[in-house]
Amino acid sequence: MTVRERLRQNISAAFYRHGLLCASYPVPIVLFTSASILTCCYPLLKLPLPGTGPVVFTTGVRDYTIPYHEPQGEIGERPEWYRGPPVAYIQQVLVKAAVSPWDNTLVPVDVFRSPIGRVFSLLEEIRNHVYTDSSGVRSLESLCLQVTDLLPGLRRMQTILPEHGCLLVSPGNYWQNQRDLFDLDSDLLKTIHQHEPKGFHISTSLRDLLFGVMKEHTGVSLYSKKRVVTYTITIALSSYDPRFLGSLRARLKQLHPSLNCTLRDDHMVHVHFKEEIGIAELIPLVTTYIILFAYIYFSTRKIDMVKSKWGLALAAVVTVLSSLLMSVGLCTLFGLTPTLNGGEIFPYLVVVIGLENVLVLTKSVVSTPVDLEVKLRIAQGLSNESWSIMKNVATELGIILIGYFTLVPAIQEFCLFAVVGLVSDFFLQMFFFTTVLSIDIRRMELADLNRRLPAEAGMPQPKPGPLRPRETPPPPRQSPHTITLQAPAFRNLRLPKRLRVVYFLARTRLAQRIIMVGTVIWIGILVYTDPAGLRTYLAAQVSEQSPLGESGLPPHLGVAPVFPGGDPTSTLSVLPAPEPTIIPENHSNGHDSLGHITPVSPQISWGPEDEDGWKHLYLRQWPSLFSYYNITLAKRYISILPVIPVTLHLSPQEAIETRHPQDTRHQPPPIPRTPDQQNDLTLYKVAALGLAAGVLLVLLLFCLYRVLCPRNYGQNGVPHGRRRRGDLPCDEYGYSPPVSEISPLLLRGHSMDIECLASDGMLLASCCLAGQIRVWDAQTGDCLTIIPNNGLRRSSSSGGWEHRDGWDPMTMPEPDTLSGADTGACLEGAECDGYPLRRRLTPSRPALFVDQPDLTPLIDTNFSELPPSQKPPKNGFDFGELVDRAYQEHEPSPSLAFTPSPTAPQPRRPSVGDQPVMSPDPCSPGPTDWDSSVWAMELRGNLIAAGRSSGKLELWDAVEGSLRCCNEDGVSGITALAFHNNRIVAARLNGSLDFFTVETNKPLGLLQYRGAPGRGSMPPSPCYRSEDVINCQLTRSVQCAHQKPITVLRAAAGRVVTGSQDHTVRVYRLEDSCCLFTLQGHSGGITSIYIDQTMVLASGGQDGAICLWDVLTGSRVSHVYGHRGDVTSLVCTTSCVISSGLDDLICIWDRSTGIKLYSIQQEVGCGASLGVISESLLVTGGQGCVSFWDLNFGDLLQTVYLGQNSEGQGVRQLLVLENAAIVCDFGSELSLVYVPSVLEKLD
Amino acid sequence: HTWNSSVSQVGPYIAVITNRTTNVVIRGTMLFSVGVFLALVLNLLQVQRNVTLFPPDVLSSVFSSAWWVPPCCGSASALIGLLYPCIDHCLGEPHKLKREWSSVMRCVAVFVGINHASAKVDFANNVQLSLTLAALSIGLWWTFDRSRSGFGLGVGIALLATLVTQLLVYNGVFQYTSPDFLYIRSWLPCIFFAGVITIGNIGRQLALYECKVVQEKIHQD
Repeated sequence: MTVRERLRQNISAAFYRHGLLCASYPVPIVLFTSASILTCCYPLLKLPLPGTGPVVFTTGVRDYTIPYHEPQGEIGERPEWYRGPPVAYIQQVLVKAAVSPWDNTLVPVDVFRSPIGRVFSLLEEIRNHVYTDSSGVRSLESLCLQVTDLLPGLRRMQTILPEHGCLLVSPGNYWQNQRDLFDLDSDLLKTIHQHEPKGFHISTSLRDLLFGVMKEHTGVSLYSKKRVVTYTITIALSSYDPRFLGSLRARLKQLHPSLNCTLRDDHMVHVHFKEEIGIAELIPLVTTYIILFAYIYFSTRKIDMVKSKWGLALAAVVTVLSSLLMSVGLCTLFGLTPTLNGGEIFPYLVVVIGLENVLVLTKSVVSTPVDLEVKLRIAQGLSNESWSIMKNVATELGIILIGYFTLVPAIQEFCLFAVVGLVSDFFLQMFFFTTVLSIDIRRMELADLNRRLPAEAGMPQPKPGPLRPRETPPPPRQSPHTITLQAPAFRNLRLPKRLRVVYFLARTRLAQRIIMVGTVIWIGILVYTDPAGLRTYLAAQVSEQSPLGESGLPPHLGVAPVFPGGDPTSTLSVLPAPEPTIIPENHSNGHDSLGHITPVSPQISWGPEDEDGWKHLYLRQWPSLFSYYNITLAKRYISILPVIPVTLHLSPQEAIETRHPQDTRHQPPPIPRTPDQQNDLTLYKVAALGLAAGVLLVLLLFCLYRVLCPRNYGQNGVPHGRRRRGDLPCDEYGYSPPVSEISPLLLRGHSMDIECLASDGMLLASCCLAGQIRVWDAQTGDCLTIIPNNGLRRSSSSGGWEHRDGWDPMTMPEPDTLSGADTGACLEGAECDGYPLRRRLTPSRPALFVDQPDLTPLIDTNFSELPPSQKPPKNGFDFGELVDRAYQEHEPSPSLAFTPSPTAPQPRRPSVGDQPVMSPDPCSPGPTDWDSSVWAMELRGNLIAAGRSSGKLELWDAVEGSLRCCNEDGVSGITALAFHNNRIVAARLNGSLDFFTVETNKPLGLLQYRGAPGRGSMPPSPCYRSEDVINCQLTRSVQCAHQKPITVLRAAAGRVVTGSQDHTVRVYRLEDSCCLFTLQGHSGGITSIYIDQTMVLASGGQDGAICLWDVLTGSRVSHVYGHRGDVTSLVCTTSCVISSGLDDLICIWDRSTGIKLYSIQQEVGCGASLGVISESLLVTGGQGCVSFWDLNFGDLLQTVYLGQNSEGQGVRQLLVLENAAIVCDFGSELSLVYVPSVLEKLD
Repeated sequence: HTWNSSVSQVGPYIAVITNRTTNVVIRGTMLFSVGVFLALVLNLLQVQRNVTLFPPDVLSSVFSSAWWVPPCCGSASALIGLLYPCIDHCLGEPHKLKREWSSVMRCVAVFVGINHASAKVDFANNVQLSLTLAALSIGLWWTFDRSRSGFGLGVGIALLATLVTQLLVYNGVFQYTSPDFLYIRSWLPCIFFAGVITIGNIGRQLALYECKVVQEKIHQD
């Protein structure tokens, strides 16, 4: 035994024991694991929350020294980024200027023209300031931050932003810092505005940069209330020289004293900027996350055969994520601080650690024998995969260790995280995931157990709650023929992908939610990033807590108390910019008259709001300013020096002197266009724009909808008639189309279950177990003829019972008048017509007869050898009248209303009896055995071919109900019949096949043809006149056509196809009964065959296989296995093959490729009958109902219930007539269902 | 009215899938789009290395490099992705290792990660960069491919692509934005190799679907 094998065994044993442990104590282990996860994640609390907002740190100015690069241990409160020199020192000169006293002769432009004009002299002053001391002469040039080229993308700003020199920005930059240009500028506002970005912009604009204060605070506006202009001159310094700056400050203060200024000048603010996350970085990041999610999706999709897939997938993801968190937490605990961007490396870490082991574990555990105990299953599964898991872990550790030796710090750190993550992941897999898995498996077994036990043993009895005394009653149906739309089991259906996506979206309201969440996020972002919003507020809050903000509120003093009218508080309520025309009025009224416009002198006040100019600014202005020169502030910081306040008072003369000649012409419209109005106007504009955008969006969506969902929605190019509203699928998402009027027409009359059903489109023949054959009009549902099994007719006293039941007592009050040979049986045709929905009346049937099983038709005493048709109807003793009386007594009055007057048939009675139905019977010479049952029946023209179990073939006249001919050449029972033109093919129980020819005594050319029945595929069937003598001759008998009984016989396109239990299908030519092919391919008896005019041949067998054959060559086109159990029914359309099986599955196959398109799982015990109404409409029989399906998508269109007591009575046979009606058997009744939309289509 | 003729126009989706030519076209298109997408994203990663902060018009920088680079990458990836299954087929040694989409996703993620590392991590010198990337690429191959044909094709195409790029640069058709010429030359072959392995993996996975369908067809026949 090698070391490897021993190791392997040991590992396997250890895993086995571990699995036992986990499965034995699941809850304590899960608790323990959760506790350890939390413990390991605890150090993460110390880590700062991720965010990109700038961080502010304040120090004093006096003892300022450039921080060292090395971290100083003793200074605890210093942030980590506060190391080394800043990128720049920012010195701002905050200028507040006003023209005072305000004169009414001044125009609004004067508010800001001369104050801004003063910036040039200030700039001059600053630039020329020189500080001289012992160490030399210092000027701004030597200290300031020298910048070079602007970024290539900013050529348009070239004239404005400084290049190749000091980074010094001020409003003067608009005019290239040249006074002449400023003086020549006729429209200052236009100059300022032309550099504003168009449209919505949340980052800083050039105006903010140059003015250095928020747009609202500059006062550069024609509608300024305060008439105070504020701007800053911003100087970026590369080195800090306190003496030079001190002298500059002193000089400016001396020149322009700010008397009441309380701004503190002893604090320096350092602003640290986090790494930028721009779109450029976001795209790769998002990509990696998308790949990560795809990976997780594809991985967890493989989890199968468990109780809760989602739960296990969640557990797997939790395992990986918490192992990562644990890894970071542990690393932090041991002193390693993560320097990598967590968000960036996270996906890679997840991918490296992977979900593979978890999946392998699940698969292994699931594939253990189910009958084992849960504990043992877990243990076995673990130990089976132990070796591969260990190998995997070792390999990954090895790879990561190799990575560790690349000696690249970033990769080393990544590897360290990955190693710790791998180890903790292994730990979690072993403890957390295994335990969760064991819990899940146990749950699954419990569920299995519940299912296996009887319901009362496994499930607790539902307690009848006080609120719901009973189970909810089924929805009431006002009549048995109401169509109820069944909620289709969409889960079982295979809808097209597009529809499924749409349904999914609709079900989860995904789009709405995404839009909602998006809106909320967007608003949140707006609020947060808005310059006047939350962010600045938070920053202000933070800085108020810092020592900088503790200065308290300085007294709010007016600067120039020269003008007594200038109450600082009243300035707010006074409208500015009086129009010149009302000046005299102003003069006359004086300045203190209430409610009148008073020229107010501007006040310059220094408040706390000016304390920190940077606070009012979007802090991103610094990164954007520096980024213009390709200097990044990411992960670096700048130091903002205390501002130098400058107050300028300008006289009106100066303001007038500096006027541009056009300024007076550019007066604003004198109508008091208040800011409110302007705001209103903007509001209107915005509202109009928004409205327009909304309308556009709606139109766009509408167009999209039209493009995506064309009018023939869901038709998929199949040339199918338009779909009516009623045919739309009713789905489980709340949309239910209006109920269309599909009402089944119940044809009652048979006393026992219907055995055979045949139709030629116009007529409908049915035969019940009792042997009674009835002929119906397929259009109206009238009963035309009754051919009773005459042997039963004479069955002593029970005959009356039989017919009592056979005929509806309500509509046929004279049951005893009916004789077996009565061809005019349905003489009361009007009644048959008038009350097709007799079903409604059945409840009125007396209870007297309800309990008794209706077995009378089976009682056959066979007293006489004579055919009963030759017997007078009154031959036997009939209790009919007696029974009738009983009926009459018990009938409730409402049903009597429907009873036709009993006198009407009375005069007919004798005529019925006297009717000469005893025409020379072709079969009269020999006694026929009437007791044999009908096994097969076909209907062509007006001839019914009935094959009996005795081997006799009878031909009946469908209209007159007379036996036209019978053939007794065979002795073996006829199992199947095919009637094609004038040929009848009969398959017999012994496997032989007989070909008969129907001949009349007239030449065939004289045969009348009935109206062409609809479809061209069927040849018109000849109509045999009643006077013709019909002869049925056996032309050929193929003995031993099959070795075993023939089960199916189909004839079409000149071919006869037989399927037998000997696993073969044979194809015969109809004309000469020559066997063309013997098709072998099934491994079970043939149960169903389909052949149509296009020579499509499909066969299904007991082996669940479906074969498609080429009838011309006899070769097998395709062979698919679709069902567990017999294939019970097969139908083809031009594009697909539909099969149903004993496994209650309906499969739809592509006819050309033989690939299963989808399958429909039906309820258990559903009938196997199938029919295709049109190219895309399938009808299936179910328990007491028929269902219509859309073949293109597998949607359940509608379910039509045939009656109230739908339980237990399945639709076994289903015929699709040419007028798109469906006939199906429903116990002892026939049901005729019209499909209106298809009818319309055919029209 | 034979069976075949009457059913020729039906089953659009399945028929398309089974049609070999259409299948190849579909796969090629998918691979092409994957290639274009990866080229754009990875180009963005590389651009980031040189320019940390973007001027306001960020997105234009995505397309700032020559316009023909992404289509070239797309075509190359389509070619490679179709070539790999072909070679597997020709050599008769079908790729067996971890043929599932999760593995392919993992592979793509590692490939992007290698690019990320080459773009973001500061290496001491170019030799170190080359060695690290080579180790990572070979690790990628070992983890997700492990086939000789894959390795051979990867190395061959990587060398060829590097050569073509160098020729383009020497002829002045294309220029590196980075001033450090050696830097780019040191990572280029490794990235190419990893990319070939990744695209080959995707191509094989896509081809698997066709194989399944064809096998089913054979089974039916």
